[in-house]
Amino acid sequence: MAQLTLPQNSRISKGKIHPSPKNAVRPKMFSIYRWSPDDDANPRMDSYTLDLDDCGPMVLDALIKIKGEQDAGLTFRRSCREGICGSCSMNIDGTNTLACLKPISEVKGEVKITPLPHLPVVKDLVPDLSHVYAQLQTIEPWLKADTPPPENEERRQSIAEREELDGMWECVLCFSCSTACPSYWWNGDKYLGPAVLLQAYRWIVDSRDESTGARLDALEDPFRLYRCHTIMNCTKTCPKGLNPGKAIAKIKKMQLERH
Amino acid sequence: MIYRPQLTSVMSILHRLTGVALALGMVFLVWWLVALAQGGGDYQLVRLVAGHVLGRLVLLGFFVATIYHLANGMRHLFWDFGVGLSLEGVYRGGYLVLAVTGLSVLGGVFLLFFCGGA
Repeated sequence: MAQLTLPQNSRISKGKIHPSPKNAVRPKMFSIYRWSPDDDANPRMDSYTLDLDDCGPMVLDALIKIKGEQDAGLTFRRSCREGICGSCSMNIDGTNTLACLKPISEVKGEVKITPLPHLPVVKDLVPDLSHVYAQLQTIEPWLKADTPPPENEERRQSIAEREELDGMWECVLCFSCSTACPSYWWNGDKYLGPAVLLQAYRWIVDSRDESTGARLDALEDPFRLYRCHTIMNCTKTCPKGLNPGKAIAKIKKMQLERH
Repeated sequence: MIYRPQLTSVMSILHRLTGVALALGMVFLVWWLVALAQGGGDYQLVRLVAGHVLGRLVLLGFFVATIYHLANGMRHLFWDFGVGLSLEGVYRGGYLVLAVTGLSVLGGVFLLFFCGGA
């Protein structure tokens, strides 16, 4: 049963206000979600101010600067800082994106940063992704073929067959889309969500894969696939400009066509 | 609220809300038809209720909800054929549905409040 209010221990309170750097030319305030499993305190929003003249352009630059200079305890995931690793996905100014690809200048006023919505929080901006990874595993995201590959050669694809995979291989599994989907918020326990379904479609249309039927069978389920109501928040938020909503629509169409 | 309302999500929840409202409104449609069949005093009551300003406002809401649900439902049909699923397509279709709904408000107000209405 859906729960309409946050549990008591999830209510967010006002947090600390860290002092602004002296002589800031272009001060910018960042309000950041903080929660630690080490004490019993409720989550809080801490405020930090940075001088934009003394900071890189992206939200991730700001987070790294805050961690380096103001609050070493601030916890977030990051690695490549160029939109390839998918680690720094979080909710910035109300939508999910990668902090490394989000220019601070796109946000008017205070920059509000919270972890990806509707996932358990490990600490601060770090969500627990175990469940989405487990869901990804259920679609068996690897090549399945009984036919042995040609001797001393890779399995070949035509240019057109390879192009079928464009718009899907680019996904970095940051799960911005899944956690932007209202349907996934409600039914995330059973609905696979846009990120995982995009991956499912990536293997369904791979010309080298030989288990297309079994893959479609596994998705023919009121929850796993059909909780998608074409809301399209996924496509709107994808920091890589991909279209998970369209991939899901194509899976639904394939299900229809084979009946 | 953490997630900022998007055109995509707001139009989706409106589709569901108008659907629920229209389903509930069917009760009044049935009442209207039954009263029409009975004729006489029963139908006079319908005329009285539907002719009242509040009744007309409800009718306006019903009309606008119908147009929105119909137009957005067609948007969904196109999507199910695989058409208009790009982000630009989703937005263009969304604005079109909102424009049609806006026109229906104007048309509904004109018909219900300036043309004698019920």
